[in-house]
Amino acid sequence: MEHIRTPKVENVRLVDRISSKKAALGTLYLTATHVIFVENAPDTRKETWILHSQISTIEKQATAATGCPLLIRCKNFQLLQLIIPQERDCHDVYISLIRLARPVKYEELYCFSFNPKLDKEEREQGWMLIDLSEEYKRMGLPNNFWQLSDVNRDYRVCDSYPTELYVPKSATAHIIVGSSKFRSRRRFPALSYYYRDNHASICRSSQPLSGFSARCLEDEQMLQAIRKANPGSDFIYVVDTRPKLNAMANRAAGKGYENEDNYSNIKFQFIGIENIHVMRNSLQKMLEVCELKSPSMSDFLWGLENSGWLRHIKAIMDAGIFIAKAVSEEGVSVLVHCSDGWDRTAQVCSVASLLLDPHYRTLKGFMVLIEKDWISFGHKFNHRYGNLDGDPKEISPVIDQFIECVWQLMEQFPCAFEFNERFLIHIQHHIYSCQFGNFLCNSQKERQELKIQERTYSLWAHLWKNRADYMNPLFRDDHSQTRGTLRLPTTPCNFLYKFWSGMYNRFEKGLQPRQSVTDYLMAVKEETQQLEEEREALEERLEKIQKVQLNHTKVKAKQSEPSKHSGFSTSDNSTANTPQDYSGNMKSFPSRSPSQGDEDSALILTQDNLKSSDPDLSANSDQESGVEDLSCRSPSGGECAPSEDSGKDRDSDEAVFLTA
Amino acid sequence: MEFAELIKTPRVDNVVLHRPFYPAVEGTLCLTGHHLILSSRQDNTEELWLLHSNIDAIDKRFVGPLGTIIIKCKDFRIIQLDIPGMEECLNIASSIEALSTLDSITLMYPFFYRPMFEVIEDGWHSFLPEQEFELYSSATSEWRLSYVNKEFAVCPSYPPIVIVPKSIDDEALRKVATFRHGGRFPVLSYYHKKNGMVIMRSGQPLTGTNGRRCKEDEKLINATLRAGKRGYIIDTRSLNVAQQARAKGGGFEQEAHYPQWRRIHKSIERYHILQESLIKLVEACNDQTHNMDRWLSKLEASNWLTHIKEILTTACLAAQCIDREGASILIHGTEGTDSTLQVTSLAQIILEPRSRTIRGFEALIEREWLQAGHPFQQRCAQSAYCNSKQKWESPVFLLFLDCVWQILRQFPCSFEFNENFLIMLFEHAYASQFGTFLGNNESERCKLKLQQKTMSLWSWVNRPSELSKFTNPLFEANNLVIWPSVAPQSLQLWEGIFLRWNRSSKYLDEAYEEMVNIIEYNKELQAKVNILRRQLAELETEDEMQESP
Repeated sequence: MEHIRTPKVENVRLVDRISSKKAALGTLYLTATHVIFVENAPDTRKETWILHSQISTIEKQATAATGCPLLIRCKNFQLLQLIIPQERDCHDVYISLIRLARPVKYEELYCFSFNPKLDKEEREQGWMLIDLSEEYKRMGLPNNFWQLSDVNRDYRVCDSYPTELYVPKSATAHIIVGSSKFRSRRRFPALSYYYRDNHASICRSSQPLSGFSARCLEDEQMLQAIRKANPGSDFIYVVDTRPKLNAMANRAAGKGYENEDNYSNIKFQFIGIENIHVMRNSLQKMLEVCELKSPSMSDFLWGLENSGWLRHIKAIMDAGIFIAKAVSEEGVSVLVHCSDGWDRTAQVCSVASLLLDPHYRTLKGFMVLIEKDWISFGHKFNHRYGNLDGDPKEISPVIDQFIECVWQLMEQFPCAFEFNERFLIHIQHHIYSCQFGNFLCNSQKERQELKIQERTYSLWAHLWKNRADYMNPLFRDDHSQTRGTLRLPTTPCNFLYKFWSGMYNRFEKGLQPRQSVTDYLMAVKEETQQLEEEREALEERLEKIQKVQLNHTKVKAKQSEPSKHSGFSTSDNSTANTPQDYSGNMKSFPSRSPSQGDEDSALILTQDNLKSSDPDLSANSDQESGVEDLSCRSPSGGECAPSEDSGKDRDSDEAVFLTA
Repeated sequence: MEFAELIKTPRVDNVVLHRPFYPAVEGTLCLTGHHLILSSRQDNTEELWLLHSNIDAIDKRFVGPLGTIIIKCKDFRIIQLDIPGMEECLNIASSIEALSTLDSITLMYPFFYRPMFEVIEDGWHSFLPEQEFELYSSATSEWRLSYVNKEFAVCPSYPPIVIVPKSIDDEALRKVATFRHGGRFPVLSYYHKKNGMVIMRSGQPLTGTNGRRCKEDEKLINATLRAGKRGYIIDTRSLNVAQQARAKGGGFEQEAHYPQWRRIHKSIERYHILQESLIKLVEACNDQTHNMDRWLSKLEASNWLTHIKEILTTACLAAQCIDREGASILIHGTEGTDSTLQVTSLAQIILEPRSRTIRGFEALIEREWLQAGHPFQQRCAQSAYCNSKQKWESPVFLLFLDCVWQILRQFPCSFEFNENFLIMLFEHAYASQFGTFLGNNESERCKLKLQQKTMSLWSWVNRPSELSKFTNPLFEANNLVIWPSVAPQSLQLWEGIFLRWNRSSKYLDEAYEEMVNIIEYNKELQAKVNILRRQLAELETEDEMQESP
């Protein structure tokens, strides 16, 4: 690659930021797609892989006696501090990475070279896994009130919308086109979610070009049509997710918000979610707090508060809750917009849908939700997540916030989601990784022009294939928590919103709980499943033998009463159920031991059942199935078998306690 | 009965009870000597039984003839009673006030409580010091039991039996006692079998401003060191505070006189600072405003999590000295009855797998808190709502339980008990029908004849029916030392205690239930499969036997 000035630097040190243990010495490699650090330590040769597209910033710090420090911050919140002995090498690496981290053409992205060794057919099937027309069918559409419109065929009306959209039956092409001319970027009101229980719906659009007094008959008719599509209600809510001040400022530019006087039967409501710039700065501030080296409790809480991050998360949730309530409890349809209707609107519509419909809380349903409200409706993935070099002011953690909202809900409703935290983390990772084609570009139209589906693979198929890793063991589809609308408390519960260290500090494994309840329960469930199969098999065999014996006894009459306690062991069958060496198998599951001396109850665990399935993630050895991190550290073993990492980070905790 | 005169109105009808997340209940309010009872007299609604000793503070207000009493409990619950009639309301309020603030311990409920359950094992004899010592004596002969404090004469806050170095006689102990705060001479708290290192605890040395020393004290603690080894003295006060203590006759070990020991100062807060922290935290949790920032800044301003971090850090440091440095330690603050015990007991949770079992944890509380003379009566007299501001009220034990919860959260599979067990202990430390947490030390408990006159908490807890509620389904014995993270990102507010009454726990309870079901089903299946395997093996051998002859 012409951008790599130096492909390999030796004697580089990787600094461990959390503990004061000695930096790992190793070799740094630059490849066309990754930065790779390989430790010299012969027994481990631990590798750290960073995709170029994950790199957010690279900082070259002042040269010290020990070498030249290079700080790499990643979009998945990994932070790498390297010390390169020679200033010249450091500069070369720095310059190379600056270029590699900011590709200018889509073709440079990893997904165009990533090859998971699937044939053409498998790839095509992968792309067909999530089908939005199926999803609208599932909602019960088309019906008497809603129809599929072809008005945006070939993106004639709006180039950031999909071609297939549902609109009220009474909205003619004339009304839609008229309305689109009165909306920012022609993003006219279209259906996001239809609640078949009571015909209420969630529609989305961009802001109207109302200025101080402009109005548009077709737009007014359009909103009227949405109201008529819900015979149960005589009005609709129009929710502007912006702070009122921002919306008013827009009026000076000929944009703005709906005047209740001009539209018949609407109730207008501001929600007050801040814009992408505020959110970008907020995340920046929060990450600074996460980066602090041994902060005090006050530093941390003060910094967290000062970042405003949780306040913003709550604002998005509140908006989602308001809409879900309007739809499910009041039976009123809602039209949601912000400015362009592709950031806050996407967040709020998808949170509301998630609250309303259990389907979106399943593994596949969640993929559908992202496909629908984010990908198809033209959320600008490329701009927001900086996949290609672009305007840094366009970057903002919009979908990160939505993913966090989901996590906050999972914390409050532990049985309601089919997927687990790892699923969310991997999706976040891949939104930035550009390893799969799903999140490329800014719109459906661009993706089609680039022929993404023919040239790249779909993340959804990949996640679906490895779904066993992403299951929430507490989920049961017949559980009361799973069904229907998720109801959040009406009283203000700020304390319910918590810092998500599993996301923002996820590479600092030492900060995470050392034993995972989810993994434990998944292992138990897996074993349960195997036991069920075994029981069935055993019962079958028993039945057969008993039949045979019955014949025998008929002939031979009762000769010998079999002794109940004949002392024969179950050795025949136990070969299928041999206890495994768990102390050597810490990688997959540390704490679950062959329980309490009862050899019959040995766990049947396959070594790799909990291993990350993700090629990229698992290559990053620290990341998902980290050896040392899940296990409870035993510094010197003691009377029991030492854990695998014993001795390896002998003094890792010292500094933490001493400096605090 | 002596309570009769305190109860001005024993019974009021048509009282309405309001509790968060529950529908209002109308019923009859009854006051007895020890309980406030509200009963709707309908089969399907639960009655409210509240111990008067659980009441921390009450407020009353009137709107016309309707009076309202707001009862704030020591477990942080707030309930509201609407009482028709001003006079009744005033009577009830003053009766509750009088009954919840009885000065005499012997009037407390444990002296009147008669258990309705069968006592399988008398908890007063479940954790005898001699038995606990046996666990060590198998591993070492360097220690002995001393009965020097049999009459509580040497140290009023110590139990009659303590563990001391074998080479130190009782005479020397008496001398050391005069050199240590409250007579609390260094005693063994924990013996680390893996490497023979120990944790000792004591009161501060009474060096005073002129640097008094005590040869016996030096000899005693040196006797615990192996040849050529050094130890650490962890002073739970900052150097500054320790230096100030000299003016009042206290002080710390001078390195010159204890050359084999290195002193480390940590600063764990005590007394009213902790009490104020609790008051602020509970107020923040009860705050019903819409503003996110206000919640976080109030949480921060309460400093509660700062205290948690400080205590845990010190305990980890102590454990680290023992397990990683291979050095023995002596821990003390001023009296050696508060922060000292937090550190010694948490260090054991980290180091000793047994203390993470139910029985082991009970033994730990018995040894390191009750026997060790943590003044429960003084510390837990009031909770977060009372304005009395007595110097000795302090949530030291609650902070300890919170720290245990933090470790439990980080190692959810390594504890035999669950969160409910910790919550139960918190409740009983503040208000209970059992005598376990009454009194400030063994001496007082002896005088009160608690063993004869009251029931032990352990008698009730250690029955299978109760234990099942407190058993952690995820538990898999883990023989390792467990090192918790003390980073702010790893420490959380203990919702089970502080938000218990402010949020519905329905969904979390359901999740817990589901977790239990998953594990129970697995166990059942395991048993079933084992039976089938055995049957099959039997049949198959029988088959062979039939065919072979």
